[in-house]
Amino acid sequence: MTRYFIRRLLYAVPILIGVNLITFTLFFVVNTPDDMARMHLGQKYLTEEAIADWKKAHGYHLPLLYAPTEKGSARFSQTIFAQHSLQLFRLDFGRADDGRDISQDIRQRMGPSLAIALPSLLVGLLTNITIALMVAFFRGTYIDYWSVFAAVVLMSISGLFYIIGGQWLFSKLLHLTPISGFDGGLNAFKFLLVPVLVGVISGLGSGVRWYRTLFLEEIGRDYVRTARAKGISEARVMFRHVLRNAMIPILTGVVVVIPVLFMGSLLTESFFAIPGLGSYTIDAINSQDFAIVRAMVFLGSLLYILGLILTDLSYTLVDPRVRLR
Amino acid sequence: MVILVSDLLVWLLALTGVGGIYLVRQRPHLQAPWRQVLSRPTAMSALCIIFCFVTIGLLDSIHLKASPGEKTSSLEALSLLDLALTPLRSRDERTYSKPLAIYSFSKETVERGDQSQRLYPRLVTAGTHLSHDNRHLPDLLTRGSLGALGGLLISLPLYWLARKKSAAATPEEQLTQPAWTALAVTVGSLITLTCLIATLATEYHPLGTDKVGQDVLYQSLKSVRTGLMIGSLTTLVTLPFALILGVTAGFVGGRTDDLIQYIYTTISSIPGVLLIAATVLTLQVYLERAGGEGMGLAQRADLRLLFLCLVLGITGWIGLCRMLRGESLKLRELEYVQVATAFGVSRMAIIRRHILPNLLHIVLISVVLDFSMLVLAEAVLSYVGVGVDPSMYSWGNMINGARLELAREPVVWWSLLAAFLFMFSLVLSVNLFADAVRDAFDPRLRGT
Repeated sequence: MTRYFIRRLLYAVPILIGVNLITFTLFFVVNTPDDMARMHLGQKYLTEEAIADWKKAHGYHLPLLYAPTEKGSARFSQTIFAQHSLQLFRLDFGRADDGRDISQDIRQRMGPSLAIALPSLLVGLLTNITIALMVAFFRGTYIDYWSVFAAVVLMSISGLFYIIGGQWLFSKLLHLTPISGFDGGLNAFKFLLVPVLVGVISGLGSGVRWYRTLFLEEIGRDYVRTARAKGISEARVMFRHVLRNAMIPILTGVVVVIPVLFMGSLLTESFFAIPGLGSYTIDAINSQDFAIVRAMVFLGSLLYILGLILTDLSYTLVDPRVRLR
Repeated sequence: MVILVSDLLVWLLALTGVGGIYLVRQRPHLQAPWRQVLSRPTAMSALCIIFCFVTIGLLDSIHLKASPGEKTSSLEALSLLDLALTPLRSRDERTYSKPLAIYSFSKETVERGDQSQRLYPRLVTAGTHLSHDNRHLPDLLTRGSLGALGGLLISLPLYWLARKKSAAATPEEQLTQPAWTALAVTVGSLITLTCLIATLATEYHPLGTDKVGQDVLYQSLKSVRTGLMIGSLTTLVTLPFALILGVTAGFVGGRTDDLIQYIYTTISSIPGVLLIAATVLTLQVYLERAGGEGMGLAQRADLRLLFLCLVLGITGWIGLCRMLRGESLKLRELEYVQVATAFGVSRMAIIRRHILPNLLHIVLISVVLDFSMLVLAEAVLSYVGVGVDPSMYSWGNMINGARLELAREPVVWWSLLAAFLFMFSLVLSVNLFADAVRDAFDPRLRGT
C-alpha cells in the first residue's frame, strides 16, 4: 500500500508539470509580458522605457525559456520559466503584480474560505442524505415523484439567485444578519449563517437527486432482498444495509472535494464580501493580476490531485474489498 | 442582409437538427425511444417551451442592415426579432420604471411655471393613449382581460382536439402515443400568455424598464439567443474532442490511451472557472493586440461570444470523453467486435459501424444534460467578468446590472425577476426533457 501511494505521488508530478506548462503558455507565450505591461500601465504612460521598467520590476525582462547570454546552468535558470513557473513547485508563489506577497495572502485567506466551505459541506451532506433516504424510502409513490420534480426545479435555479435571494430575505427583509462582511472569532457566526444556508440550499437539488439514485441502486441489490426476506423491518433495512453500503460512493465523492474546499467559493465569497481565497481570485481576475491567477491555478490543481489520492485512500478504509498494490 | 459568423453557425446547427429528425424518422429502432420521450407529459411540455425559445433564437439570428436613422441597439444590424418587437424596442424611457407603470420610479425635480417641484415624472412612452391618468388601472384590467380572453378562445379548440384525440385511442395506444393533452395545455398557456403580454406591451412596459430606460422584456427576449448559443455552440466544440479522443483511447488502448488520459487528467485538475477565466483573459489581450480596430461593435461582441463558446468547449469535453473511453473499452471486448476484428475488418470500419452507433445514447444524454449547465454557467461567468461582451444582451449581464441596484431602497427587482423567469423556464424545460431522454435512451434504466 505504501508503494501504491508513492507511485501515485510520483504520477502527480507529470500532471503538475503539464498544468505548469499550460499556465506558462497561457500567461507568457500567448499573452506576452509586453502585453501585461501595456495593460497595467494604461495608454497614458506608454513608452518603451516604461514597459521595460515595469517588466524589470516584476522580473519579466528575462527571456522565456533559454538565455543564450548567460553561462552554464544560468542559461536555464535566468529565464521566466525557471523564475516564475518552476518556482511554483516549491510552493513559492512570488509576488502579485502590485507587489504583495501571494503566499502570505493565501495563508491569511484560507481560514475564512474554510469557515464557509466546511460547514456548508457538512450540513449539506447531512441534509441531502437525510432527505434522499426519506425519498428512497417512499420510492415509487407520489412523494418520490414530486420530490424528484422539486429537486429538478431547485437545480434549474442559477446559484446567483440563491445568493441574491438569501441576502434579500435575511438581511433586507428580516434584518437578521448583516448583508455582507466578515469578522473573526464568535462574531463570525452571524456573518457565516446566510452564506452557509445558501450553500446548503443551492446544493440541495442535485445532491438529493444524486444520493437518491445511489440509494435506489443499492435497494435493488440481492442482499437487500435477502435481508427483507428474513423479516427485517424496512426502516432497519434502510439504515443498517442500504445506508451503510451507499456510504462507500458517498464518502469517496466527498473526499475528492475536501482539499479543494481551501480554494473557497468564488460567488459566495464575493457576494458576501468574505476575505477568502475565492474573492481573492475574483479580484485578481477583475484587476487582471496574472501572477495571482497563475498561483491559484497551480494551487487548485495541486489540491485536486491531493483529493484524488485521498479518495483512493478512503476506498481502502471504507471498503475492505479494495486492496491497493 | 448582414451575416454574422454566429448566425451562420446557429442556422447550420438548426439544419443539422432538422436532418437528425429526418434520419430518426427513417429508422424504427431510433424512433422507439423518442416515442417514449414524447409520451411523457412533462417532456412534451418541456419540448414545446424549448421549441418556443429556439424559434425566438432563430428569429434573432437573421440580421438585416438597419436603415439609417433607425435607432439600433449595440448591434449595427437589426434582426427579425428586433423588427417584430419594434413597439418594445423603440419606446425608451429615461430611467427605471416599475412593470406596467406610467410614472417614473424615482422622483425628479420638474420645473412647472416659476416653481420647481419634486415629483414622479410621467413616463414618456407608456400609457400615452390614456385620456386621464386615473384611467390607468381600468385600462390595464380591460387590456389584460381582453388579451387573456382572446388567447383562451384560440387555445380552447386546441385542448378540445387533443382530448378527442386521446379519448379515441385504445388503452394500449394511450401508453405509447404522444402526450397530446400536455402539448395542448402548454401551447394554450403559451398563446394566452403571449396575447396577454402583447396587448399590454403595445402601450406599457410589461416588465418595467432598466437604468437607461430600456424595456426589460425586450432585453430578456434578446438574451435568449445568447443563452441558446452558449448551450449549443459549446457542444459543437466539445463533440469532436470528446468523440475522437475518447474512442481512440478506449479502442486503441496502450500508449495512446495513457497519453490521452494524461491530457485530460491534467486539464481536469485545473479548477474549471479558473481555467476558463485564465484562457478568456489571455486571449482577450491577444485579440486586442491582433487588432480589433476595423471591426464593428456587433462583430466584436459576436467574436467574443464565439470565443467564449470555444473556451467553454475546450475546457468542457473531459467528462464526456471519460465516459466514451470507458464505454468503448467495454465495447471492444464484446463478441461481435472481436468477430469483426477476426474477419479483418479495418479499425476505422469497426469504429464507424459498431462502436459509434453504440455510443450515441451517451453523447445524446450528455449533450442535453450539459446544455442547461452551460446556460447557468453563462450567468456566473458574466458575473466573474469573463463572460460575454458587456454590450451584448444576456441574462448574466442583466443580473449583473441589476445586482448593483439591490442596495437601493425600495429595491429594483424587475430586471432580476425577468432574467430569473426566462432562465428558469429554459433551464427547467431542458432539465425535464433531459430526464426523459435519459430514461428512454439509457439501457441501464430501461425497464425500471
